Amino acid sequence: MTSRREGSPFAGLSTIALKEAADHMNSIRIHLVMVLVLLTAIGSVYAAIGQIKATVGEDQFLFLRLFTTAQQPLPSFVFFLGFLVPLVAIALGFDAINGEYNRRTLSRVLSQPIYRDALLTGKFMGGLLVIAICLLALWLLVTGLGMLLLGLPPSSEEITRGLAFLFASFVYAGVWLAVAMAFSTIVKSPATSALCALTAWLLFTVFWPMLAPLIAGAVAPVDPLDPLTAVHQIDVQQAIARISPNTLYGETTLALLNPATRSLGLLFTDQLSGALMGAPLPFSLSVALIWPQLAGMIAALLVLFTIAYVSFQRQEIRA
Amino acid sequence: MTTVIEARGLIKRYGRFAAVDGIDLAVEKGEVFGLLGPNGSGKTTTILLLLGLTEPTAGSISVLGLDPLRQPLAVKTRVGYLPDQIGFYDHLTAWENLAYTARLAGVISKEADGRIAGALGRVRLEEVANRRVATFSRGMRQRLGLAEVLVKKAEIAILDEPTSGLDPQSTQELLDLIRELAGEGVTFVLSSHQLAMMQTICDRVALFRRGQVGLVGRVEELTANVLGGTFRIEVETENADLVKVLAGVRHVSGLTPLQDRRWRIDADADVRADVAHHIVGAGGVLHSISMRKATLDEVYVRFFEGENHDVAA
Ligand SMILES: Nc1ncnc2c1ncn2[C@@H]1O[C@H](COP(=O)(O)OP(=O)(O)O)[C@@H](O)[C@H]1O
Ligand SMILES: [Mg+2]
Repeated sequence: MTSRREGSPFAGLSTIALKEAADHMNSIRIHLVMVLVLLTAIGSVYAAIGQIKATVGEDQFLFLRLFTTAQQPLPSFVFFLGFLVPLVAIALGFDAINGEYNRRTLSRVLSQPIYRDALLTGKFMGGLLVIAICLLALWLLVTGLGMLLLGLPPSSEEITRGLAFLFASFVYAGVWLAVAMAFSTIVKSPATSALCALTAWLLFTVFWPMLAPLIAGAVAPVDPLDPLTAVHQIDVQQAIARISPNTLYGETTLALLNPATRSLGLLFTDQLSGALMGAPLPFSLSVALIWPQLAGMIAALLVLFTIAYVSFQRQEIRA
Repeated sequence: MTTVIEARGLIKRYGRFAAVDGIDLAVEKGEVFGLLGPNGSGKTTTILLLLGLTEPTAGSISVLGLDPLRQPLAVKTRVGYLPDQIGFYDHLTAWENLAYTARLAGVISKEADGRIAGALGRVRLEEVANRRVATFSRGMRQRLGLAEVLVKKAEIAILDEPTSGLDPQSTQELLDLIRELAGEGVTFVLSSHQLAMMQTICDRVALFRRGQVGLVGRVEELTANVLGGTFRIEVETENADLVKVLAGVRHVSGLTPLQDRRWRIDADADVRADVAHHIVGAGGVLHSISMRKATLDEVYVRFFEGENHDVAA
């Protein structure tokens, strides 16, 4: 691309974003994943409420427990979200660009006075808009269910933490939307790009937690005579695990929804339910705790979007 | 006459293969200009270069006095494009499709409705305006594409293979529409591999071959220059021995009997009147006499046949 081109790269951006969002909202594909998310959300929250009512005496953060309590056999709401949000994002983005190629609409759209930047960014924005609306609706639903069934309103601290959690989920979804869109520009067939994105999803949400200890064991073997090597191995394992956005998201939600979380280091590598109960941290300290995780996710999002952008700019438009 | 599109020494290489290999073009305002040649001869690539959708390896382009590479938005605001095998958003209606591109083209929404209604009327799609495009035939899609150009009020319309895959009636309708719009001052650049079909509508044509333009000019000029002004006349006659009757008629250079009572006469001028006069004068019955116009296909084959042998290997 020439550097001295004239005209705004944002021309048409909002038009494209709004059309994409409207298309998503009307598409059966998105309706299906939304129903899936909705059912699991309601199920897990309902189960959590039963559990909370049965066990809880005095808990300062009853509302946050809605999100994190797991009731056998159902996992917690945040676990479901960590698992399903990528699926929603992939459904929104896997055919963003190659779908236009296949419908042969790309050159017609790009022959309008807009830059390619606007098309890609607009599609990304449209996807983000849909994600934001859905997450917000889900969050309101859970909060509403909680108020109805627990019979008490959330405290302001709980609302703040809930909103921060909402934002973290949004960023996490953005990462997966960027993954899906990058595949949609690089791979020519929508079916293949969907498979690629789903493979990445399975790898990071299901297999990565199993792989991380194996790799750590190979990279940093434990010497039975030196206890520090064991610590080192766990450090390595954690670093590897954190390559997965799923891990970053898990740690973020842990710190936000479990105010007692004081460190994301050694003590708290496993699930939320394993977190120790102690004196709660103020919100600002919890945010400080998750700052690196959040920054990591945003960085991943930007890198992935740049990959999609560069690959799209270099493509020959002949469809 | 002002030149609205000008390309000089245009080259586009993919790797070492030159899809467009040194093309010079000049299109005047208000004319219908044909880029004609077989598949793979570089027509689409040339169009993409004109629109700034792909970067030339070398050469310069000016469209309406603008550089499509540096001022792509300004060019694309004023130029409409109908791609080869045009596609629409099938889940949207014809109207919604046009409304979307109108918004992208920066047509303000108050004005867009009127323009869309007018354009759909022009291309006779107003009755299906609210039907989803998924149900549209190929001919309807082409007309919808033309409507898009109208909504944009494009000064130049570039249509890539607009008639390919259309049945004869849809083709005729589309060509009539193009002729109508051209009459209103829109400059058209049409690409096609169907030379004979295009010769009726194009003011001037450029004949493409392997990324180069072999010939540019008006259709009659090209036929006259390349085919050396040969006229082919067919007559159907009775009771006349044409060999004798036409002996000595000026300009006639050949005579070939076809099936029953039909003959083909080759001449270097339009000798229909003379031939008819002689046949009737000799007491013959003349059932029909017709002259077949030379087609661009013949021009193309004749012009490039010499080269063909060189590159055949
Ligand atoms: N992206 C590309 N990479 C390599 N070769 C290409 C590419 N696009 C087109 N070509 C080649 O360029 C030549 C001209 O193509 P094109 O302009 O589409 O021809 P036409 O439109 O006249 O049929 C063809 O031989 C085609 O194979
Ligand atoms: Mg072509």
